[in-house]
Amino acid sequence: MSATTAAGRRSTLPGFGLTMGLTLAWLSLIVLIPLAGLFLKTFELSLEQFWTIITSRRTLNALKTSFGLALLAAVVNLVMGMVIVWTLVRYRFPGRRVFDAIVDIPFALPTAVAGVALTSLFAQKGWLGAPLAELGIKVAFTPVGIFVAMVFIGIPFVVRTVQPVLIDLDVEIEEAAASLGAGRWNIVYRVILPSLIPAMLTGFALAFARAVGEYGSVIFIAGNLPNISEIAPLLIVIRLSEFRYADATAIAVVMLLASFAIIFIINRLQRWAQTRAPAS
Amino acid sequence: MAIEVQNIVKKFGAFAALDGVDLKVADGELVALLGPSGSGKTTLLRIIAGLDWPDSGSVKFDGEDALSRGAGERHVGFVFQHYALFRHMTVFENVAFGLRVQPRAIRKDEATIRARVKELLDLVQLDWLATRYPSQLSGGQRQRIALARALAIEPRILLLDEPFGALDAKVRKELRKWLRSLHEEIHVTSIFVTHDQEEALEVANRVVVMDKGKIEQIGTPGDVYDNPATAFVHSFIGESIMLPVDVRDGRVELDGRALDIDPGDVASGASKLFVRRHDMQVGPAGSGTLQGTVKHVRSFGPIQRADIALAAQHGDTLVEIDAPRDNPLSPGDVIGLKPRRFRIFAAEA
Amino acid sequence: MTKDLSQSFTARDDLRTEPRAMRYVLIALAIAFLTIFVVLPLALVFAQAFSRGVGAYIAALGDPEAWSAIRLTLSVAAISVSLNLAFGLVAAWAVTKFEFRGKTLLISLIDLPFSVSPVISGLVFVLLFGAQGYFGPWLRDHGFQVLFALPGIALATTFVTFPFVARALIPLMQEQGTQEEEAALSLGASGFQTFFRVTLPNIKWGVLYGVLLCNARAMGEFGAVSVVSGHIRGETNTMPLLVEILYNEYQFVAAFAIASLLAMLALVTLVVKTYLERNLDEGLRPSGD
Repeated sequence: MSATTAAGRRSTLPGFGLTMGLTLAWLSLIVLIPLAGLFLKTFELSLEQFWTIITSRRTLNALKTSFGLALLAAVVNLVMGMVIVWTLVRYRFPGRRVFDAIVDIPFALPTAVAGVALTSLFAQKGWLGAPLAELGIKVAFTPVGIFVAMVFIGIPFVVRTVQPVLIDLDVEIEEAAASLGAGRWNIVYRVILPSLIPAMLTGFALAFARAVGEYGSVIFIAGNLPNISEIAPLLIVIRLSEFRYADATAIAVVMLLASFAIIFIINRLQRWAQTRAPAS
Repeated sequence: MAIEVQNIVKKFGAFAALDGVDLKVADGELVALLGPSGSGKTTLLRIIAGLDWPDSGSVKFDGEDALSRGAGERHVGFVFQHYALFRHMTVFENVAFGLRVQPRAIRKDEATIRARVKELLDLVQLDWLATRYPSQLSGGQRQRIALARALAIEPRILLLDEPFGALDAKVRKELRKWLRSLHEEIHVTSIFVTHDQEEALEVANRVVVMDKGKIEQIGTPGDVYDNPATAFVHSFIGESIMLPVDVRDGRVELDGRALDIDPGDVASGASKLFVRRHDMQVGPAGSGTLQGTVKHVRSFGPIQRADIALAAQHGDTLVEIDAPRDNPLSPGDVIGLKPRRFRIFAAEA
Repeated sequence: MTKDLSQSFTARDDLRTEPRAMRYVLIALAIAFLTIFVVLPLALVFAQAFSRGVGAYIAALGDPEAWSAIRLTLSVAAISVSLNLAFGLVAAWAVTKFEFRGKTLLISLIDLPFSVSPVISGLVFVLLFGAQGYFGPWLRDHGFQVLFALPGIALATTFVTFPFVARALIPLMQEQGTQEEEAALSLGASGFQTFFRVTLPNIKWGVLYGVLLCNARAMGEFGAVSVVSGHIRGETNTMPLLVEILYNEYQFVAAFAIASLLAMLALVTLVVKTYLERNLDEGLRPSGD
């Protein structure tokens, strides 16, 4: 059998038909058809029903909580991520390699484990919860807790997207700037930062997208009070357990479309980043 | 094995990589495909090997259709430009690969395979590297291992893609000679691709000059150098002086002035006059058919190379000539030039 | 003279880095942040697990419910990882060894599950196989149990971990190109010989890397599994789900004992990952130069 590519020419290596067929079949079966089912289910709703569900007070508040706190957490991740990545790449200090490895833990640690650990840590009698309580700050079972969990799971994104770019950044550019009389602040601000911005934005968007959809690490610490500390994924689970499938589906579709939009923006950012990648 | 390629057309989108190529290679020949990058020479080689497929045309080995067979069934040894050695295998296993993947029915036993690999490593004089990995070899060594690997399957045809392209100048010269003598030893029909004319002229029995997906000329190294068939071949092979001329009623005019040379059967119209640098005869001012002023002279070896400004209506034309050193030139001299040998081609060619 | 030299050296150094005080502040900030958000929660898992001594810890892990959860988690991971391994190899071959229109789109579609909230990943299977789902009634009539059973959990986990192996292999195989495969073919190897003798050895570290990450996520997945599992005690609870149940029942030692196993899985994964990454960097070194 000779494989024919879309360009209409025979290709040398065998197996195009077989592997492409299996890929498309398996992709459809596991990913595309289930996701299509979700959208199909939504079309069973009239526009008005859909709108009523989405604009109900509880749904709106849940979406607001998820998106708002995720945005806030992503901003913190951006700032702290830059501090961490700068320290890890540019400075030498004892334990640097350990801290470098630790950055990946939020990726690797199962979310439920992170959830119970953060909750116990920030609970009223917890290691951090107790001293904070004395200051009158309550973290666990409040929106602040949600924010803390979202910060936790977002830590690796900015660090891991910016790190390779910062490592590859040519030191000669900095030396050239210095030789032209630029001060340190000007070098960082005008020479280094602009080449990092695409990676920073990508990391920021990835952290945001992850926090919006996050469930496991958030629900333990959230308190889950409707309209106050209830996140959108949890509301989907609640609606499902009440057999209100239409409500669950509608909320899911809104969240899904939002994450597709974010992914689209990430792709654009990466393309933009490639066109203006610093010459190396 | 003889190869016959007929009317091969291969397009990548709108770009015609090969535009109607015909080529015959006789059994035991060593042929060079020579051309600039983008001339289609590598594509032609890959089509013969079965690594690419033409849009139309035919490829025959000893009169048998080759296109109906895949790369593995053609018994063609292919040496890749970057060698494509299997990086996770030792040199020995690389060379043995073609023998080990043969169908069980015809596969040789382990002892025979080992003996054959040893023989091939001896042939390329690298038996002492058998247990190394490709990343531990120099470029020239990789090249020879790639060749040994291709020869292991006792190919009926050997194809080499820019075999010396990635090597430094000294190793390249050594390997050239070595490839020539190897071919004399094993005598398998071989085609190699190169963009280096010196390589093609020195190694090959026959040279196929290609440009823009077409064959410009096929001939012995002497042929393509001494009797270029087209303006492209003349300018691509050897250093030439090119002067834009007009051919009118059996006369050749440069800048409106008639030159004392015979255009032969070139049709009237805008044309190009080609002269080899060493085919310009230098005489005293007023002699010859072109007049010029010496601008700059460099002498080395048996020749002196001089930049000559030819007097012309629209500013001077600077040409570079090679003259024997017995009659030294110096800047400022006014001299006459006469082409001993020359070629004229219609300009649109 | 020496004094001048040393001065010019510090001057140069100052331009290439921040003032010392600033450096210390940044390092302290990074360490404090990572300690509070990562080190402390991790330490707390083990501290809580052993808070009543080793005996209580071992007793918690010896509980039949814990064993059932461990078994289920391992089965689900085995199923999802092998399915996604097979898919990853096939998809990476199709994507990297051929040129075709729509390649970027295909890669984005393979990536899609990464951008779907875990809860939604579970929801889509409820909509397909639940009592009111598209295939629910048919499955019920024919006696198949998908939801609230192993198939549903495995399916949701496979969805969530879908891209891991393919994503690990595609860039690697793109970088390696097709020349070695072409060489193998021209030497008479069949398609399968080419794949198993040339391609697979070249990508083995990438395969292990993808499997490692895929496995870590498969064993730790919570949201998607939570939606499709039904939480039947001793039957459909994976380890992360059991952590939730025990925690909500205030059995903290038991909850953190299970959690400590998962945390160890994460730590081992990170150590192996670092090792594999080193091998991967070497594997990428082209044989041509």
